[in-house]
Amino acid sequence: MKTSRVSLTVNGRRCDVSADISVAAALAEVGAPFRRALNGQRRAPLCGMGVCFECRATVDGQAHVRTCMTTVREGMQVTTDA
Amino acid sequence: MREHYDVLIVGAGPAGLAAARAAASHGARVGLLDAQAHAGGQVWRRDVMQAAPGKARRHLQSSLRASQVDFLAQTSVVAAESGALLVEHPEGARWLTHDALIVAAGARELLLPFPGWTLPGVTGAGGLQALAKQGWPLAGKRVLVAGSGPLLLATAMTARRHGAQVLGICEHMSMRTLTRFTAGLWRWPGKLAQAATLRARLIDVSYRSGHIVTRALGDDHLRTVDIEGPRGRRQLDCDYLAVGHGLVPNVELAQLLGCAMHEGDAHPSVRVDAHQHTSIDGVFAAGETCGIGGRDCALIEGAIAGHAAVGARAEAAGLASRRRHARAFAAHLAQHFVLDARLRERIEPDTLVCRCEDVPWQSIEGHVDARSAKLASRCGMGACQGRICGSALAALGRFPHGGLRPPLFPVRLAALATASLSHAPASAVAPNAGSES
Amino acid sequence: MSGFDLIVVGVGIVGAACAEYASAEGMRVAMVEPGPIGGGVTAASMGHLAAIDGDPAELALAHYSLALWSQWVDAPQVEFSHCGTLWVASPSDDEAAIDAKLARLQMAGVQAERVDATGLYQLEPELIPGLPGGVRVVDEGVVYPPAAARLMVERACARGAELRRECVTELTHDGVRLGDGTIVHGAETVVACGTALSRLLPELPILPRKGHLVITQRYPGRIHHQLVQLGYADSVHDRAGSVAFNVQPRPTGQLLIGSSREFGSTDTTVSLPVVQRMLARAFEFLPGLGSLHALRMWAGLRPATPDGLPYLGSVPGREHVWVAAGHEGLGVTTAPGSARLLVDAMLGRASVLDMTPYDPARLLS
Repeated sequence: MKTSRVSLTVNGRRCDVSADISVAAALAEVGAPFRRALNGQRRAPLCGMGVCFECRATVDGQAHVRTCMTTVREGMQVTTDA
Repeated sequence: MREHYDVLIVGAGPAGLAAARAAASHGARVGLLDAQAHAGGQVWRRDVMQAAPGKARRHLQSSLRASQVDFLAQTSVVAAESGALLVEHPEGARWLTHDALIVAAGARELLLPFPGWTLPGVTGAGGLQALAKQGWPLAGKRVLVAGSGPLLLATAMTARRHGAQVLGICEHMSMRTLTRFTAGLWRWPGKLAQAATLRARLIDVSYRSGHIVTRALGDDHLRTVDIEGPRGRRQLDCDYLAVGHGLVPNVELAQLLGCAMHEGDAHPSVRVDAHQHTSIDGVFAAGETCGIGGRDCALIEGAIAGHAAVGARAEAAGLASRRRHARAFAAHLAQHFVLDARLRERIEPDTLVCRCEDVPWQSIEGHVDARSAKLASRCGMGACQGRICGSALAALGRFPHGGLRPPLFPVRLAALATASLSHAPASAVAPNAGSES
Repeated sequence: MSGFDLIVVGVGIVGAACAEYASAEGMRVAMVEPGPIGGGVTAASMGHLAAIDGDPAELALAHYSLALWSQWVDAPQVEFSHCGTLWVASPSDDEAAIDAKLARLQMAGVQAERVDATGLYQLEPELIPGLPGGVRVVDEGVVYPPAAARLMVERACARGAELRRECVTELTHDGVRLGDGTIVHGAETVVACGTALSRLLPELPILPRKGHLVITQRYPGRIHHQLVQLGYADSVHDRAGSVAFNVQPRPTGQLLIGSSREFGSTDTTVSLPVVQRMLARAFEFLPGLGSLHALRMWAGLRPATPDGLPYLGSVPGREHVWVAAGHEGLGVTTAPGSARLLVDAMLGRASVLDMTPYDPARLLS
């Protein structure tokens, strides 16, 4: 359907993703990780609808943003846990 | 800064959309809020890869096109006082005042803990649908759908439409219970047709009843799933496990407002009269928030609430029999899709119950109530504010849901600090909202 | 249950400390508490271990008690964070005010050091520019009070103390009557039930003093010390509703934001207007706070006495009844010290501190 793309920076790297998708989907599209649990284990979105908070990342400087509730935007800066 | 609406509706899913259209049809100025960027809720969530189904499109258009309806996207309720809501949106926060309030907050998925459920690749069933619709890449991925409820078929359908290879559906209900459930569907021909269509389209997908997932395995990502059924255990390699056990009403806003809930159920739902009026004057509720009943129920109840909220009692009453019929389906659903003991038995002492704070099952054992468990283990003190673990523990018969304080969702402190202009907003006399049953 | 040497009524942080010290002295102890241990105001509290320079007698008790905390802080479940305290002067505070603060603390034996403006921003870069400086107390920190209370109870139970999950409805001549009607017999009873004191000892007034707190998501490394406005004690002594700047970094990386005080409210419903005033004050010192996410808010009722000092000692007119309650906002800091003084008094030992300021008799003349 949508063929336009947007350019974001994910963990310091410029990426090109489909416009109109969520930041969570964009992270999956580029193979970026999501957050680390307290015990260091990798986590990824569970509920897809803003309840579980597993999809959190820092977006444009704001920490704890739910990426499944955020649409990608041209020039967005996204940082996830190392 | 303040803005006044005759009717404020929280949630732009089917119930909220129907309420908006109904209220607007009488000339009311309607504010329709949703935390998402687009209306539709979960059931009609905007799919970036496909056009909306006809019915959804018609409802969305007829509700949002009305000039008196303001759709306030990406707007969440932070706190409430009588006649006013503090809402947060990307630009900041403000107070919205209202004469009537309709809570159409919908439902969330019941996500139960089991060994390995925290692995990337394990999602809810509704969760995978939501992710797929927002553009999550599923093409070529192997997806196993599991859990219980009619949602599993819809999930399998959505996954396939997004290019996934659906390996199968594992329904934990027994074949006998499923047959009884299906046999009872004749009273709701629409539902029966829906179920039959989905089954037909998924005829090539293995459908196993009486099966549960006992473990998810993998290192940094899901690799294999252990399942157990009447004829023994097996393993399935897959990329995604979409597992859900039905829905839980989102009642937090109603609870914050002091609305009475139905007693005795594992998960609270908002108690309303025949006009969708809650126990709090001027506050209405409709749809899943009043008890899981599905889309048709939400549409009818939303319409009733929209009419009742502006005092159009005749129109509201005219929908009563359709509502009764739709709610009967909810009862039919609840009667059959009951969780069985194996869902508790598969949990191990170190299975995490609280994902936000990494609290294992053994840490919450031996506590007599949720509060003691929370103080001792931090269960429920994390980012999700106890929604995931709270609902899971309630479903497992462990603790009933606890009480609630604002903020309803994590909120920027600057937004929380937005003071109202006055503490007691002057409100017009609330529309006639008697409590007939 | 019969034949105890001591019954402890109310097991918040103060009651728990009393039970632990008493059991360590070989007393056979019974603890009675209807709710979770440390589940009342103890659970609502900030958990700071800090000497506040309000009243000299309170400061002395706090300083004494802080030294006793050293035996607890190594236990991991107590979640002690050695973050230190930084008293932050506001733009309207002059050098003399900072000097006076330093002098008051030092005179009480607290190891405090002056911090100038440059030093202030090296220590806490998130503070709003233009502040004149402050006072730093390195050897203070924060704990998680419910866990500390539970640890004290565990140690008491390891020595044979017993815990009964019940409420006490009446003090009898030889013990206490429980909600289920049974009597627990004890040679001595200490009433340590905080804000509920008046139910059992109506002659000792307790004024619930409501306070609010907000905790954020995890933002590790944003602030390093517990930050308190220099004139915090003014808020404590202000009889009208007041807010004060007090922000704490929890070991989890969450920020705990306080504080507010008001009399006249006896329930713990969160008052959003009060929280908003409290946040506004916090933003005056930490402007970056606004973009952080609040996760939870709650309120607690500090047990305050008419003169702001706790009741510690034997209750006049009631044989074998003691009291350890009314600690207002310093219950966690002063719990071990209060317990030590009380148990010493029970055993007829000379007390380390002059207990006259805390004598319950002071209000009954």
